[in-house]
Amino acid sequence: MEAKRVVVYLNQFFGQIGGEDKADTPPQSVAKAVGPGVGLQANLPENCTIVGTIICGDGYFNENLEEASTAVRQMLEEFAPHVVVAGPAFNAGRYGMACGMVGKIAHELGIPAVSGMYPENPGVEAYRQYLYIIETGNSAAAMRSALPAMGKLAGKLANGEPIGPPAEEGYLSRGIRKNVFADKRGSERAIDLLLQKLKGEPFTTEYPIPHFDRVEPAAAISDLSQVTVAVVTSGGIVPKGNPDRIEASSASRYGKYSIAGLDTLTAEGFETAHGGYDPVYANQNPNRVVPVDALRELEKEGKIGRLFPYFYTTVGNGTSVANARKYAAEIAAELVNEGVQAVILTST
Amino acid sequence: MHVCTVTPISLTVGANRIVPAVAIPHPLGNPKLNPQEEFTLRKKLVEKALQALTTPVSEQHVFES
Repeated sequence: MEAKRVVVYLNQFFGQIGGEDKADTPPQSVAKAVGPGVGLQANLPENCTIVGTIICGDGYFNENLEEASTAVRQMLEEFAPHVVVAGPAFNAGRYGMACGMVGKIAHELGIPAVSGMYPENPGVEAYRQYLYIIETGNSAAAMRSALPAMGKLAGKLANGEPIGPPAEEGYLSRGIRKNVFADKRGSERAIDLLLQKLKGEPFTTEYPIPHFDRVEPAAAISDLSQVTVAVVTSGGIVPKGNPDRIEASSASRYGKYSIAGLDTLTAEGFETAHGGYDPVYANQNPNRVVPVDALRELEKEGKIGRLFPYFYTTVGNGTSVANARKYAAEIAAELVNEGVQAVILTST
Repeated sequence: MHVCTVTPISLTVGANRIVPAVAIPHPLGNPKLNPQEEFTLRKKLVEKALQALTTPVSEQHVFES
């Protein structure tokens, strides 16, 4: 078989450059397999070789989307691969968004791409139409099962082989419908499904109803000077020492902390518990995430009626959508009860 | 309303009023500025957030600078 070229995209961590302190690293490339790429190579067909790895910091990619995209596009044009493999990103949101964007760039260049993500990674929803995303577990512990599936699919794409449906190949649905011949006509299949459903038996729908989590925008506030404003954050700001032990990732709880009488959040009084971004800047000045100093001044100037005397906080780092929804419902109910009419949500 | 740096994530999760922030580890600040300049930047961002709350929207909207 003809030799095929594979290029891998990795973040700064898997690319072996460093941790969160290196998240601002711009795109760079090396002409060999690195980190998970070494394991991936073992799972590729014999005619496929990893000829290069593109590495970029998760922070840099998401904060400089245009510059990062231009650089990655240029590197892909130089490597001229037959397939691109991005990640796997598991449930890392920024990494997933970067992998998805790399897939989109490859798609624009006419190169097929594969990634691996946990279904709740925002990269899935945002980019799945551009690349194949193998379903993975939510952490790097799932690397061992992710690489064989990603390698197999990447090999097929590089060699131009036909790709089967999502359940068969292990990728997440791309929302694409393909015509196939079925043994039974539609009416019979529909009755079969209905009977299975009525009997309480397991069944697989042929057309899942898409789930769009959208809410009607709230009405605009007419006079802020009469309104109580609250701050809620997923940036993990907590009183120094993290008294409620909110976890650095996959938070199982949220906190509610008093800012009554405080003109600012000091480094002595507050810090971040978040494990998914470089904490240096938030620890130096927690107002960078929960802007108490600015809101207090606007309160004194009469621009807002009142700053709510508590802020709510959790760590948005691999936190499950189900948990996030639960915290949001509880927090929103309390805020409504307390007469808060405006909320500023801040995310890192 | 949502102040965040990675606005595509905010759009994906369904926020309706979105104000782009400075950077992931310091959404409402910039450690390269002196404290007074940084405070001014933060106050402007918060004012922009408040302005978003007073602006009628019928669908998801990113309030670009």
